[in-house]
Amino acid sequence: MAAVKETIDHVKELDLDKYKYGFTTDIETVKAPKGLNEDIVKFISAKKDEPEWMLEWRLDAYERWLTMKEPEWAKVEYEKPDFQDLYYYAAPKSTEGPKSLDEVDPELLATYEKLGIPLKEQAVLAGVEGAKVAMDVVFDSVSVVTTFKEELAKAGVIFCSISEAIKEHPELVKKYLGTVVPKSDNFYATLNSAVFSDGSFVYIPPGVRCPMELSTYFRINEENTGQFERTLIIADKGSYVSYLEGCTAPMRDENQLHAAVVELIALDDAEIKYSTVQNWYPGDKDGKGGVYNFVTKRGDCRGDNSKISWTQVETGSAITWKYPSCILRGDNSQGEFYSIAISNGMQQVDSGTKMIHLGKNTSSRIISKGISAGKSSNTYRGLVSAHKKASGARNFTQCDSLLIGDQCSAHTVPYIEAKNSSATFEHEATTSKISDDQMFYAQARGLNEEEAVALIVNGFAREVIQKLPMEFMAETQRLIGISLEGSVG
Amino acid sequence: MLEIKNLHVEVEGQPILNGIDLVIPDGEVHAIMGPNGSGKSTLSYVIAGKDEYDITDGDILYNGESILEMDPAERVAAGLFLAFQYPIEIPGVATMTFLRTAINAVRKEREQDELSIPDMMKLIQAKAKDLGVKPDMLKRGLNVGFSGGEKKRMEILQMALLDPGMCILDETDSGLDIDALRIVSEGVNALRSETRSMLVITHYQRLLNYIVPDKVHVMSDGKIARTGGKELALELEDAGYAEYDEELA
Repeated sequence: MAAVKETIDHVKELDLDKYKYGFTTDIETVKAPKGLNEDIVKFISAKKDEPEWMLEWRLDAYERWLTMKEPEWAKVEYEKPDFQDLYYYAAPKSTEGPKSLDEVDPELLATYEKLGIPLKEQAVLAGVEGAKVAMDVVFDSVSVVTTFKEELAKAGVIFCSISEAIKEHPELVKKYLGTVVPKSDNFYATLNSAVFSDGSFVYIPPGVRCPMELSTYFRINEENTGQFERTLIIADKGSYVSYLEGCTAPMRDENQLHAAVVELIALDDAEIKYSTVQNWYPGDKDGKGGVYNFVTKRGDCRGDNSKISWTQVETGSAITWKYPSCILRGDNSQGEFYSIAISNGMQQVDSGTKMIHLGKNTSSRIISKGISAGKSSNTYRGLVSAHKKASGARNFTQCDSLLIGDQCSAHTVPYIEAKNSSATFEHEATTSKISDDQMFYAQARGLNEEEAVALIVNGFAREVIQKLPMEFMAETQRLIGISLEGSVG
Repeated sequence: MLEIKNLHVEVEGQPILNGIDLVIPDGEVHAIMGPNGSGKSTLSYVIAGKDEYDITDGDILYNGESILEMDPAERVAAGLFLAFQYPIEIPGVATMTFLRTAINAVRKEREQDELSIPDMMKLIQAKAKDLGVKPDMLKRGLNVGFSGGEKKRMEILQMALLDPGMCILDETDSGLDIDALRIVSEGVNALRSETRSMLVITHYQRLLNYIVPDKVHVMSDGKIARTGGKELALELEDAGYAEYDEELA
């Protein structure tokens, strides 16, 4: 694959830019005062010009959040964020809400150009010509632009920022928001429900196959600012959508907080494919700085014969706490989770999935590839459960861990609960090391150390890479090389 | 030309090679024979640059330059190639991908233009056909599930593709039946030329019926104990290594 070569070329450039997305954009911003209280929640809601019902929803979540404690069960260690020392809203001054492309601040356009994401409607992503991708672009707390809106509207597809959806499509938002991840679900999800800033909203009408990939690109720029992304995707009966999400942040000494909530709803015969390439700033080699990525992602296969597929490539963040899950409510519904989680340096990852089988003849498949290097810790945590009525539930789980060096660790924590005797759950797990013999063999064929590691790891993760939309495959293979820079020798 | 001068090598304080002197001029094929544990494979790894060995004395020169400070990839670019006794499996990496990555890595290091994908495919497929490597093998993970013969053919294919000036074949005959041995040997012989030298390491004489060497060296206790023409191999076949092996003597 040419992408392997690209991985290699890219790795070679690395001495200069270890985390090439680490620059900051100098742009005038409007911020809420630091800290969190009822007034801040009202401030955010007012900034977004939200209807009363939305504000009440937020305030209710805030009340509940005050009574909750931060979860401590994950295998991660960190200094707890001081929630009163954060900004909960930051927006470029020029952009009080999404605009059309030609109205976007040139400074912002330049930022995305630098990130390799040209914001043009004829743009191509990752060098794949002819592939159209519609983009929603979230900078700190606001969506700056959404492309291809008109073309999508012709197909009846709604793709806009969640802030816009609250105003323009309140009936849909009211009907579905918080129905997959209830506002009191967990500490971070509840915090998100109170102060969520922006994210994407997608509605695919019955029987429509979304004519292009949809994508959101998240960027945290401001210092000491939390990003509270909220994304809601609804695939109505018999529809299909593929959605991609990418993220980066500048290099900063302080930890930044990203607490997202993503809700997916697939009705009868609908399918949602959700792919993430997460490359938040991981902190420096001593573990200073980096993004805390505390995310609640859940999909509800609400209708019969529906399908939700999560594919994630997690390479960034200082700490990742993330379990994209599927509730298999409809009969014959299917859930999938394909994951590559790479940790290097001092990164800590605790990630996995939950497959909750409720309907009859539901099936799920989990393929997790964890790669640990440096002094990092990488945990797969997963739950597969079958409800009493979930007759014929089937799951296949495969968790493979690859260790590079002898100072990192990998852990696998699978929970399995079958309350229906006809459920069939299979679990396979392996742990291996990149062997010196493999390294030497590749080097004895002319590859240098970095090229050899990138090649071997890409091979290890191949099953998952192949599940990514083509636009993300090359990017991912590159990222794998970059993320493991300095992991050998 | 490969020149090995007074090479002393240790592994974890244990001496393995105790002063090897060997010169292989361009175009010549030399064989090294010897009992198990005499240091034959160690010599091949040290030339290729595996890093678990301590070189305590001596030098290895290729075309007049010491290679000891070069990493393994630089040695490949300089023209050295080691065909492994036990080729390593790399799961998930399609053989074709591996070959293409290796060829372009080496070409880049040699300051040659990278090959385009169609040119690359043509080159690989043509050479693969010569060696009886089936297209299906190129799609599978590198060496994964290959038979002994398939693995060795893959080694020779890589050798042909990377265009080395000095080929080291480490027990290439081990694990091969007579048909596979013939195919592999023909592949090797096709690569013999006036500018390319070879060092064939083997325990048995039979390989040297197919790949006829210019010189044969007998290695024992980490040293070259004797050097002769191709007839020396036949002599060893009759007499065995008892003379060179303390345990057998």
